[in-house]
Amino acid sequence: MELFNNLVFGFGVALSLQNLLYCLIGCLVGTLIGVLPGIGPMATIAMLLPLTYNVPPVAAMIMLAGIYYGAMYGGSTTSILVNLPGETASVITCIDGYQMAKQGRAGAALAIAAGGSFFAGTVCTLIVAMFGPPLANMALQFGSPEYFSLMLMGLVTAAVLAQGDMLKSLAMVVLGLLLGIVGSDVDSGIKRFCFGVFELADGIGFVIIAVGVFAVGEIISNLSDPEERVVFTSNVGSLYPTRQDLKQSVTPILRGTVLGAFLGILPGTTPSIATFASYMIEKKVAKDPSRFGHGAIEGVAAPEAANNADAQCKFIPMLTLGIPASGTMALMLGALMIHGITPGPGVMTSKPDLFWGMIASMWVGNLMLVILNLPLIGMWVSLLKVPYRLLFPAIMVFSAIGIYSTNNASFDVYLAALFGVLGIAWRMFGCSPVPMLLGFVLGPMMEENLRRALQVSNGDPSVFVTRPISLAFIVVSVLILVVMMLPAVKKRRGDIAG
Amino acid sequence: MKFPLSRNKDFWAGVMLIAIGAGALFIARDYRFGSALRMGPGFFPTILSVILIAFGVCITAVSLRSGEKIKGNLSLRAFLLLPLSLLLFGVLMDLAGFIPALAVLVFVSAASGKEFKATEVLLLTTVLTAASVALFIWGLGLPYPLIKGF
Repeated sequence: MELFNNLVFGFGVALSLQNLLYCLIGCLVGTLIGVLPGIGPMATIAMLLPLTYNVPPVAAMIMLAGIYYGAMYGGSTTSILVNLPGETASVITCIDGYQMAKQGRAGAALAIAAGGSFFAGTVCTLIVAMFGPPLANMALQFGSPEYFSLMLMGLVTAAVLAQGDMLKSLAMVVLGLLLGIVGSDVDSGIKRFCFGVFELADGIGFVIIAVGVFAVGEIISNLSDPEERVVFTSNVGSLYPTRQDLKQSVTPILRGTVLGAFLGILPGTTPSIATFASYMIEKKVAKDPSRFGHGAIEGVAAPEAANNADAQCKFIPMLTLGIPASGTMALMLGALMIHGITPGPGVMTSKPDLFWGMIASMWVGNLMLVILNLPLIGMWVSLLKVPYRLLFPAIMVFSAIGIYSTNNASFDVYLAALFGVLGIAWRMFGCSPVPMLLGFVLGPMMEENLRRALQVSNGDPSVFVTRPISLAFIVVSVLILVVMMLPAVKKRRGDIAG
Repeated sequence: MKFPLSRNKDFWAGVMLIAIGAGALFIARDYRFGSALRMGPGFFPTILSVILIAFGVCITAVSLRSGEKIKGNLSLRAFLLLPLSLLLFGVLMDLAGFIPALAVLVFVSAASGKEFKATEVLLLTTVLTAASVALFIWGLGLPYPLIKGF
């Protein structure tokens, strides 16, 4: 069985001492930032990217991935115990989780949250392993027109499903594309948008935009809108859920996993959307919906499974097609490119250790997280007492050193400061920076594919709609745009996406 | 319209997009546009700039009818001091070395928070600088002079 062989190979890679160590580091850091409000996975991954330069790509990706889904686990811990969502996606878990804690059932809530997440993680690891290769194989037959249309579809979907005003998100994608063009044109060699600055000849550094907008910008935003932090820990109680709890959680966990997996593959959705949708569904199908909001365990089990499923399945488009389905995936893509790996369907065959090693380590990471989270809960909660004013200068230090160390250039640091300012301006104007990052990452590749597609077709633009696969992607893009603009759908989207 | 245009966030978003698009278009006019068959360096940027301007116009137009107010606060202090701390870091790394750059970075960043206690910040500066030297210079071996001219 091909799948079995590949998984065994993957585990061989994932269980090497170095990769295990990096997985552990990633999971620890991930849980830490998941617990601490005010710093999220995007800022952390952006900040720690430069530290991975000298580390082999497999280990680097394993660590960064561990940070991402580790944050999902950590966020639920504080949601349940302290009614504080450490992670945006954990807001939903606060609702019933904290109520359960107040009823003395915190342990059961934590156990079910971890268990549900682990189940979702295991299932999704299998999904990635099963569907990854066929998807990648299919994509190997893509030509430039197909790639262009696929990227277009990915960007449009991401903009449309993402948070905030749809029109602005689409505009931000275009802005990101323009920012990606800064630098030397591959085709003609001339420098575009460089303003005579030598350091821009290779384009705006990926880490610069990521750290500037998502780390520095985040800090400014947090300092502007400080949250009141009341650290009141409830009694954890026994960690064992009752049989009743288990019985009630099984189908919600299954539903959450399926929903999360489906949403995970779609570009633009975030774990927040997955948890929100999962909670709404549980409430709708429950026999007694009035229990929700008062400690219904389904309100913890399903959303937790959903957000973990979403986080893991987000890797599928990135690993197989090279299409980032979210801002964090764009960061992962950037990390791959920095290590000299061009993401896309070829990665599976050219670097199978990376592909299968990452998949296997996702499961290993989930296992580590279950083991880490439950016994170490007390420690995580006590970390909440660290005031933000001590935390954010440390973030600045990491960010500054990280950016400077990329090229030993002060200019990069100045540019990051500029992007910090821009990031805040964008936020204030209601423009989400995530679509911008996606456009930035895909910009040069899109232009390249457009150029090749037009050359192959002798300048005929209809090539995008005459080739069937390309046409399919374009049709989907248009359909999504049209559907989202219908008033009924627009209102629903506004409710969920904000 | 209940609030002035200057507080209309959609209006500013649209204006910003038009400005950036126009700027990009202006710069890209020097790049050869080429044709569909032989795309020049100006092809993609020009098209993107035009699309951006179009979006900007739409958003501005919509904002005049149904814009939303700028939400949330902005801490002017953080907005000014945090980027400034980065700028100072960059300047000092070139001029004075790792330790001064870090110390100023931590100090100025900490100053951008609302709660600023001088002794606490000095202690934090010392701790973070020392830890960074340990981690980055000794641990990871980054080749930066600790204090230039020493």
